[in-house]
Amino acid sequence: MSLYQDVTRKPWNTVGLPDGIDPKPTFNVSNEKLALVVFVIVASVLFSLLCVSYFIRMWFGGGDWLPIALPSMLWVNTGALVAASVAMQVAVVSSRKQGHGDKSKSPWFLVGGVLTLGFIIGQFTVWQQLTSQGYILQSNPANSFFYVLTGVHILHLVGGLWVWSRALLRQVRKDASHDISKSIELCAWYWHFLLIVWFALFYLVATN
Amino acid sequence: MAYVPLADQDDAHALHDPDSFITKYVWSQDHKVIAIQYGGIAIFVGLIALGLSILMRLQLGFPDTISWIDPAFYYQAVTMHGMIMVVYLLTALFLGGFGNYLIPLMCGTRDMVFPFLNMLSVWVYLLSVLILLASFFVPGGPTGAGWTLYAPQSITPGTPGSGYGILLMLVSLGVFIIAFTMGGLNYVTTILQARTRGLTLMRLPLSIWGIFTATVLGLFAFPALLVSAIMLTFDLMLGTSFFVPSMIHMGETLEHDGGSPILFQHLFWFFGHPEVYIVALPAFGLVSDVLSTHARKNIFGYRMMVWAIIAIGGLSFLVWAHHMYVSGMNPYFGFFFATTTLIIAVPTALKVYNWVLTLWQGNIRLNTPMLFAIGFIFTFVHGGLTGLFLGNVIIDVPLADTYFVVAHFHMVMGVSPVLVLYAALYHWYPKMTGKMFNETLGKIHFWCTFLGTYAIYLPMHYLGFLGVPRRYYEMGNTDFIPASAQALNANITIAAIFVAIAQLLFFINIFWSLKSGKPSGGNPWGATTLEWQTPDTPPKHGNWGEELPAVYRWAYDYSVPGAEKDFIPQNEPGEEYEKTFHHKGGES
Ligand code: HEM
Ligand SMILES: [Cu+2]
Repeated sequence: MSLYQDVTRKPWNTVGLPDGIDPKPTFNVSNEKLALVVFVIVASVLFSLLCVSYFIRMWFGGGDWLPIALPSMLWVNTGALVAASVAMQVAVVSSRKQGHGDKSKSPWFLVGGVLTLGFIIGQFTVWQQLTSQGYILQSNPANSFFYVLTGVHILHLVGGLWVWSRALLRQVRKDASHDISKSIELCAWYWHFLLIVWFALFYLVATN
Repeated sequence: MAYVPLADQDDAHALHDPDSFITKYVWSQDHKVIAIQYGGIAIFVGLIALGLSILMRLQLGFPDTISWIDPAFYYQAVTMHGMIMVVYLLTALFLGGFGNYLIPLMCGTRDMVFPFLNMLSVWVYLLSVLILLASFFVPGGPTGAGWTLYAPQSITPGTPGSGYGILLMLVSLGVFIIAFTMGGLNYVTTILQARTRGLTLMRLPLSIWGIFTATVLGLFAFPALLVSAIMLTFDLMLGTSFFVPSMIHMGETLEHDGGSPILFQHLFWFFGHPEVYIVALPAFGLVSDVLSTHARKNIFGYRMMVWAIIAIGGLSFLVWAHHMYVSGMNPYFGFFFATTTLIIAVPTALKVYNWVLTLWQGNIRLNTPMLFAIGFIFTFVHGGLTGLFLGNVIIDVPLADTYFVVAHFHMVMGVSPVLVLYAALYHWYPKMTGKMFNETLGKIHFWCTFLGTYAIYLPMHYLGFLGVPRRYYEMGNTDFIPASAQALNANITIAAIFVAIAQLLFFINIFWSLKSGKPSGGNPWGATTLEWQTPDTPPKHGNWGEELPAVYRWAYDYSVPGAEKDFIPQNEPGEEYEKTFHHKGGES
């Protein structure tokens, strides 16, 4: 029964098993994927609120907003994150190809995580460059927001890497009880999401 | 840790039963144990918050009789009382406690879909509570900024606990939000994906709808609190100026410059208003089921109730600035938010009508849970009506920050949800323990609580009209307040102490009944929903024995014409009733 049918029917009028004897989930995806989608929505709310705060502070704050001169290193980092996302996607495709029997060897999953680590190190470098140029956290709200936004983004990546490392361990151990291709796919999804978030944040800090 | 979600397993034998005491009761992944852990922790901190409120009342009723209650402590008590009650007691008990207990049972599953995450959730929640309580023991004590934690006051020296106290509060909230998110992902996924066969969304009991919608609200609203907590922590620890404007403090210019205090208020209330419905919606749901069961009647307007819950949930994100009418915002803003505030009252009122109409001509059994549920209708109508007053800008301006507001939100968000909690605790107690509680003691508890809270909060409305400000340690030289207000305050304090002591009856009752209560049997109320149809009471690990139940009908088949009993359980097959059903038709 479709969601629409379900929510529009008169439940007091019906007796029986509308879907037959098989329980049907509301959405035709795995539980893990649904939970990930919900989490992605929650994280989007978090980032949106940070961006809204950014604008409110810029427009209605004390008029002390001084735009930041962004280091070109950020472009390199962006490249790394894009590459990480691509690697994750390649890992998904190849793990699908290998089918369910032999779910091991795609090195791309590893590559994706390592590139992400590179991105994070790159972001730390950007922080160092900025501080040494005098763009200190406290000195201006634009700086403060830059550090907070990138910091929260990094924290999300770190969370992702934690899941990634556990999936990787399982891959290495060839733990057959667990469907690794599923983990790989969920990681890829999450990585794409965080890439989009990064684009939005980068655009925000670069244009204001 | 390779775990396999229990809901993914069809076969009960595959369930790995926990065998040692530790895995059974401490590191348990069983939703029922987790629910009781959540509930126990929540009630424990709730009692601390209750104690704080009595200390506040002693100061207000009998100023300066207890020497160690100084202004700083008073503010700390106000703050901790408010925050604990709203977040750490009500939110945790409704969603972590009842959500965990009822979702798998009412949805006919063996457990939550991610039991390990669920276990993590309760331990992280405990951590947040410990961090919060730790603030009583740090230099400066807990924060005294009010539960709204308004910046810049909350982090400015001079406010009690403006150093470690507020820091621990913010950290604790952050940790709580993590715990809530882990639990919330579980509740949402379980309700959407794991319902047993035949259990369509529209056959769900309203408890589940309330818990589900409240969880979604929480998942959307808590990020606002998290954002404000992160930025406030930066302002506090690292000297940024997100919220703190340039200020002169004790003759010294502070380092901060240009921050926006109003931004903090917007963020806080964008969380804060949905938060009141995070508490209210599960209460709405639970009370609907209690009322329907003990009135032996189907809930009136089931679909209307579902849509009202959803509408209230959606609208609750559009009214937050009614808490900020006196913050100096643009009057057009005020107009907009007054309008949305009045609109949200429509679905709310609908629900009240439907509860009353559920009772209409019902075969009402006035037992303890039912008394609490009916009491809720009174207190909620009462608090809802004063909300309508406050929703109008011109009425709110003189009443803002007076005891009228305190009376409003205590009726609507203090007393009402607590009455529902008691209704629900008494109602599901036989299922949780297999024992019946003592009815007489329960009824005495109800009347003391119900009448007692009226004795507390009714006079507060009047104090508000007089202009008695909230959050004041003592009156000082406020000439416009007559001396009789003090007499009223003393009376309120006595009533408050009386009500607090009366709560002992509840604890005596549940602990005494645990040992000496009569066995209740599996379905003492003759209820239809799945949790009452478990093979064992209290339900065993895995809930359903060999086979998951199948659901053939909605949750409210009470007093169906032609049926032999006055209720038909949801899992009872029965084409034979279908005809009478069609003739009876729906009510909306
Ligand atoms: C008909 C529905 C309601 C309306 C129109 C309404 C309106 C209002 C308004 C305008 C205020 C701000 C008063 C002021 O600060 O000057 C307020 C405060 C409050 N309301 Fe309501 N309300 C309603 C229902 C509820 C419900 C259902 C709850 C909780 C379950 C609730 C909890 C609160 C709380 C906690 C506050 C005070 C917050 C604070 O300042 O510390 N309200 N309400
Ligand atoms: Cu509100």
